[in-house]
Amino acid sequence: MKKLALSNLNSLYNAINDKMKLYLPIENNGAVNFGEYSDGANVNLNKMTIKSAKDAFFPQCEDLSNFKKEGKHIIVEQGELVSENFVIFGVRACDVRAFHILDTVFLEGYLDTFYEARRKHGIVISLSCNKPEESCFCSNFGIDPAEPKGDVESYITDGYMYFNPVTQKGAEFMAQFDSLFENSDDKAVKELQVKIGDIVGKLPLSNLPLNEFGGDKLDALFNRPEWQGLSESCIGCGTCTYVCPTCQCYDVKDYKTNTGVKRFRCWDSCMRKDFTMMAHGTNRPSHLQRFRQRFMHKLVYHPANHNGEFSCVGCGRCVAKCPVSMNIVKVMKTLGGNK
Amino acid sequence: MQGLELKLKERLQKLLDDGTVDCVIGWTKGEFIYDVTPAIFTKESGLDGFVYNSFCGANLSKYLVSQITSDKKFAVILKPCDTYSMNQLITEHRVNRENIYIIGVGCSGHIDIDKVKAQGVSGITNVIDNDNNIIINSIYGDSKIEKASVLLSKCQSCKGSELKISDEIIGEGIKTPTCDERFDGVKKLEAMTAEERFAFWKSELSKCIRCNACRNICPACTCRTCVFDNARSNVAAKANATEFEEKMFHIIRAFHVAGRCTDCGECSRVCPQSIPLHLLNRKFIKDINEFYGDYQAGEESNQRNPLVNFTESDIEATVISDKEGK
Repeated sequence: MKKLALSNLNSLYNAINDKMKLYLPIENNGAVNFGEYSDGANVNLNKMTIKSAKDAFFPQCEDLSNFKKEGKHIIVEQGELVSENFVIFGVRACDVRAFHILDTVFLEGYLDTFYEARRKHGIVISLSCNKPEESCFCSNFGIDPAEPKGDVESYITDGYMYFNPVTQKGAEFMAQFDSLFENSDDKAVKELQVKIGDIVGKLPLSNLPLNEFGGDKLDALFNRPEWQGLSESCIGCGTCTYVCPTCQCYDVKDYKTNTGVKRFRCWDSCMRKDFTMMAHGTNRPSHLQRFRQRFMHKLVYHPANHNGEFSCVGCGRCVAKCPVSMNIVKVMKTLGGNK
Repeated sequence: MQGLELKLKERLQKLLDDGTVDCVIGWTKGEFIYDVTPAIFTKESGLDGFVYNSFCGANLSKYLVSQITSDKKFAVILKPCDTYSMNQLITEHRVNRENIYIIGVGCSGHIDIDKVKAQGVSGITNVIDNDNNIIINSIYGDSKIEKASVLLSKCQSCKGSELKISDEIIGEGIKTPTCDERFDGVKKLEAMTAEERFAFWKSELSKCIRCNACRNICPACTCRTCVFDNARSNVAAKANATEFEEKMFHIIRAFHVAGRCTDCGECSRVCPQSIPLHLLNRKFIKDINEFYGDYQAGEESNQRNPLVNFTESDIEATVISDKEGK
């Protein structure tokens, strides 16, 4: 295990930034989100970011290809794949698990080359959650905020930041900046982990009725009358889907430029009226159907297709950010019968 | 506040029982004291879980828009500031007044949980509202905060305690002592140079994730298909692909609600990125006041707003150059 005084963190950021792009939580007008580092950036590692770290590998918007006309020919240019290493720093345990869930979607079966390239070149430096919030419920999904995983795990305690490489990629990354670090034992980190464990035990949302959900619960849940009341509260915006670390639906669109056509993809949201719109129309004409889709996807369809794994990591962003406080916890408690 | 909740619940139960209404639009309790959710209660479901507390800041009037074709009667709880929206919706024929029974509720300001958290409080398990201050219980210990500092922004520039439309009134309200003069924020922006102002909005709007929360919560945004959702409009977008789009969405929206926006403040309340969107709308309101005389949308129903009401004394277009873009 290595350590670095918190007062020297900027020197680490600058050293990384000299070699590769560095993304980390940056505060801008009171809002903390992952952003690209530049000298003097207002880095804030204490607050949970509003958007998740998902953009690092699956950006909200990215170009796929360009179509240009040359004489009588149409030239198709493939969008560029990321080819240089970059670092995503300060990722919480929930977001790290979310990368794994995205992997199961984008890397298994049909291979998403844009995602794959980013994943191959991205180095994940995780950070333990020292002060989980009341909206956090990651422990339901077997996630330990005191053991955030990734390529390198980091911990902030006693005025130091501690680093522990987890993967080969992480060890190689650490070796590049070895001169900045001091060697350390893991005593302070172990103490911190015990402290975090105590807090997790006190979190109010740690007992969700998971047994009522899963890949085999389609028939039991699909036509439940409770969907009516739950969906009536929802205003149908996309906040939950856009702050969510695991929502992975996207739309592909063409955009007419002066010289041709640009094809890009951007995040989609099942809350939108034109979600999965086809020539015949939409599969889900009612608000109830669109609302239900989000939770059935996380709690039934994803587990059915991916070895029983739920595609929620309990980060609590939707709990904190929904304009009307309707969220997956309330859905689970209402349908799970212990509301 | 608990007394008020009890009074409301009793009265609403009576309205359901005697058949005055079929449904109630109110709030249902959440996992914590602050995450109350707007909900529709029916005679069958009863008022189980009904709550009214310091966190019921949401404006419920928009929930009636989707019920315009319903043959059911709805009771709805409206705070003084929400009644402006109701008047405006009636004016625009977006709700069916005949099917709505308005319970006006006295108000003394509501709390913004994000402002509480911004003061460094986390792990909140309970909040006790003692009028002048609030006590917060948290898994990390208790704390006490001055209530005025954590009121919703819309309450900090409260329009007053008068209910502009109601069928009955429950509870007494007071005008929340205003910490902000309504147009202070706009004046600050007007005092900037064009470059500074551009930089301010560029920075703020760069945070936008196009979640549409501002649009979907807005009682003035009631188009059945928004232009930004219409795939055939050629401007439909689900993400800000360019910086231009970041600005375009919000500015077009502000133009579209100009003269109709009652300044209910919901756009800023719901923005997950805390973009002060109400400042765009307030700029329009301030300009309308200056150009056409003081005007408050939703003051009463069936008003004609100055932007759709021609008079010979209307301002000339040269005002744009006269004001040098401010």
